[in-house]
Amino acid sequence: MKYVDEFRDGALARGLAERIAAELRPDRRYSFMEFCGGHTHAISRYGIAELLPEAVRMIHGPGCPVCVLPVGRIDQAIGIALQRGAIVCSYGDTLRVPASDSLSLMKAKARGADIRMVYSAADALKTARANPGREVVFFAIGFETTTPPTALVVQQAAREGLRNFSVLCCHVLTPSAITHILESAEVRQYGTVPIDGFIGPAHVSIVIGSAPYEHFAEEYRKPVVIAGFEPLDVMQACLMLVRQVNASRAAVENQFARAVTRQGNLAAQRAVSDVFELRERFEWRGLGEVPYSALKIRAAYAEFDAERRFDLHYRPVPDHKQCECGAILRGVKKPVDCRLFGTVCTPENPMGSCMVSSEGACAAHYSYGRFRDVREAAA
Amino acid sequence: MRKTVSVELTPEVAVGDYVIVHVGHAIGVIDAEEAERTLALFAEMAQAAGPAAS
Repeated sequence: MKYVDEFRDGALARGLAERIAAELRPDRRYSFMEFCGGHTHAISRYGIAELLPEAVRMIHGPGCPVCVLPVGRIDQAIGIALQRGAIVCSYGDTLRVPASDSLSLMKAKARGADIRMVYSAADALKTARANPGREVVFFAIGFETTTPPTALVVQQAAREGLRNFSVLCCHVLTPSAITHILESAEVRQYGTVPIDGFIGPAHVSIVIGSAPYEHFAEEYRKPVVIAGFEPLDVMQACLMLVRQVNASRAAVENQFARAVTRQGNLAAQRAVSDVFELRERFEWRGLGEVPYSALKIRAAYAEFDAERRFDLHYRPVPDHKQCECGAILRGVKKPVDCRLFGTVCTPENPMGSCMVSSEGACAAHYSYGRFRDVREAAA
Repeated sequence: MRKTVSVELTPEVAVGDYVIVHVGHAIGVIDAEEAERTLALFAEMAQAAGPAAS
């Protein structure tokens, strides 16, 4: 397909890898965090980690939507379906995330809960129209990319005066999560997680633009290069980061100029700010409570807020004891450092959220990287 | 494969444009000129890497 294939050219990728190797300073190492799960997936799938010189390490960040969803939020969705008899609609990945009592939305469905997988928020609205006698809840998760479609369905429901539709809003914000990582002890003390720069997300940046990253590039002196999802995009972004590090620069650069502007998608931003406002705090799996890192529905749309409609109160729940998702999401540990990885915890039977989505660090490594570990061990 | 996609978030889109689709919505329109520029830059960088890249 146009705008895809030409960004996957293997010979060009090797050329870029040589260019990167030629520009590295021999006396140092380079650690870059790709925040976004889409990049984590691309880095594993296309073998980018192996193509990069040994001195360049990619650290997987927490930008996988289902991976950062805490157990307590999934429990809420299951509760609405099982105890309150509502139809709960959500994206496919969400259905397999482990929750309390060995449940997941999928397993709750087997126990009789009416759980429906939807491809878009608009499908949840259709379900509400088709079932006027039932409560229909859209369990809305994701970063800035899935938020505008959720805003549109809330606006549409208000226009139609749909009485049986509400949204359990678990949308989270990228810039506050990156700031939280930069403020963490692991990064500040330059101990377990040295971060020399960030690969900025592709789709999120289409929506929010490149401007929101300028603050922390300046404040924390970390370069940010926004990159597309294709392998050549990621390779070029690495080269741009190496050049910034070598020149002691910390600027926001945009490798994904074919889709990202400085101000972002204004139509999407307008819809989001009409429907949502900041939450004071929100629990993330792996990061704990992060201030002003998520959205809730504004009072003007209160009747479409499932938390108000069902009088929900959030209760945090600890993860599986041996699951290392928390440390993996912060870049402190790698998937293979977890005792459950590939044995008890697999994509077919995930224990932790990082194994659920193809964008999760564990699932990506399980699908594309685990045989490389075997080869390396044998060598 | 055909799929219905909403263009409510990209009101500026025109027939013939390429869009980036996320959960059933076009969230951005591809800028063809910028795409060409990026591809040209790849070629330039790979060439600068010397004969091993060819």
